[in-house]
Amino acid sequence: MTTPILELENVSKTFGTGADEVHAAQSISFGVTKGECLAIVGESGSGKSTIANMILGIYPPTSGEIRLNGTVLPTRRQLEHRRAIQLVQQNPLSSLNPKRSIGASLRLALDVHDIGAKGERADRVGALLEEVGLPANFARRAPAALSGGQRQRVAIARALACQSQVVVLDEPTSALDVLVQARVLKLLNQLRETRDLTFVFITHDLSVVRNIATRIAVFEKGRMVELGDTQTLFTNPTHPYTRRLISAVPVVTDEEAALRNSLAAGLEETNE
Amino acid sequence: MSTPTLDIQDLELGFKGYTGFTQVLHGISLSVNPGERVALVGESGSGKSVTARIVLGLLQELRTAKISGSVRFEGRELDQMPRRERHALRGKAMSMIFQDPTSSLNPVFRIGEQFHDVLRRGDAKITRADALSRAAAILAEVSVRDADRVLNAFPFQLSGGLNQRVMIAMALANEPALLIADEPGTALDVTVQAQTLHLMRKLVEEHHTAVLFISHNLGVVREFADRVYVIYKGRIVEQGPTRAVFEAPRHPYTRALMAAVPRLTGGGIPDIDEDSPDFAAPLEIHQDGGQS
Repeated sequence: MTTPILELENVSKTFGTGADEVHAAQSISFGVTKGECLAIVGESGSGKSTIANMILGIYPPTSGEIRLNGTVLPTRRQLEHRRAIQLVQQNPLSSLNPKRSIGASLRLALDVHDIGAKGERADRVGALLEEVGLPANFARRAPAALSGGQRQRVAIARALACQSQVVVLDEPTSALDVLVQARVLKLLNQLRETRDLTFVFITHDLSVVRNIATRIAVFEKGRMVELGDTQTLFTNPTHPYTRRLISAVPVVTDEEAALRNSLAAGLEETNE
Repeated sequence: MSTPTLDIQDLELGFKGYTGFTQVLHGISLSVNPGERVALVGESGSGKSVTARIVLGLLQELRTAKISGSVRFEGRELDQMPRRERHALRGKAMSMIFQDPTSSLNPVFRIGEQFHDVLRRGDAKITRADALSRAAAILAEVSVRDADRVLNAFPFQLSGGLNQRVMIAMALANEPALLIADEPGTALDVTVQAQTLHLMRKLVEEHHTAVLFISHNLGVVREFADRVYVIYKGRIVEQGPTRAVFEAPRHPYTRALMAAVPRLTGGGIPDIDEDSPDFAAPLEIHQDGGQS
């Protein structure tokens, strides 16, 4: 296996002290290879967002190391770090400045990271919008004049603006309708290929993960309980929590229900 | 067949706004029979939640809303009922479960007090002690083991899953004929959601409650409903027994919707349009399966 672009080694995060101590992440180690889409799945409180925030450098780990291209990330977040790892959040309406036009939001990313000559940045903005499937003249619009799917495309364009290598996607499609979700997922897949991007995809939706991730890490209460490639994890999960998670997913076809039931077999009923 | 618990005919709704008149519902018809679980499924903005609000009589209060058509509850036209009678139905003969349980419970009163209020709608003279013991009994039905602690707690002290069960128990406390559930469990984790739906299903079966289940989640609908109505831009585009609609969707919109759901068995992300002129095709009705 090639050296991972992003590597976590024994990363732990503890919030609070004494009796209020919360172990949000406990000795997490995994590597993300260039070009892959690693999904982090878990329920609320599992620590998936804590991991994302540490990768992004929003706060440092309590112990352990996070390495990007072999270099340990500094505890204070720096410009190169921000440029190398970008974030797409769940709700694009709150992650885009409502008073700023789409074009200005994208332009800001280019200005902050000093990308391209000043004169050609306007063209870059247009090109970025087109890359995510929006017309270039959307640059003049305000976020409020866009639909949820279009806004999420803008958020993706902004993450692409600074030519980052790693994009952390935090529930990027869970606020979207299912038809729109399919289009956005398709776009993400396509961008990962054309730009050779690496994704860390954080979600609770296992059906989405099944179709977009190359590998999956399952989190429960601050611990990583299972890590494996997508196919194996869905056909032969080893950890009971993974089985429980998969067997709770609401499905639309008999085929899926059969898979779910086969995984649920052997688990004791926890409902009653 | 007996009179449906809820019968909506040709319901239209529009709002007057700054930019003129916006038609939201273009004449929808649906019915829910006693003890039947019926789902209304659609995307955001399709008109599913406003339909629920009209049934409860919440939108009629709005001066900007223009409503026409007929809504009958157990054979009686809601619009022709005196205000008082209509008010008396809510919380007693029909009740509602909202999407986010924690924010729909009152944060400043203990669960027990809120239960007392709800039960008082059914029996004005019920004593506090009686109400609490009734509440404990209903909570036991939704698998809440330590009912005393829950009744003594404020909503923020309980988990989302527990609050949702409290909501379900409250909604069914007065044995309503009709329960409207608007996206129940959407705000919850999958394992908790599965459990909640399971409990809700058990309870409405035992109490023979008719349910109008509103959701955008096709998987949840498939697991919960007997019959499905698919709504798109204020029009019902397909209706029929759940199995028939899921196994052989006929309307282009329903087909696209089904195809867009990522499958747990894999197969990649399908290539479908967000919008298509085909979606305006006329209503498809699956006839089989005990429909009147």
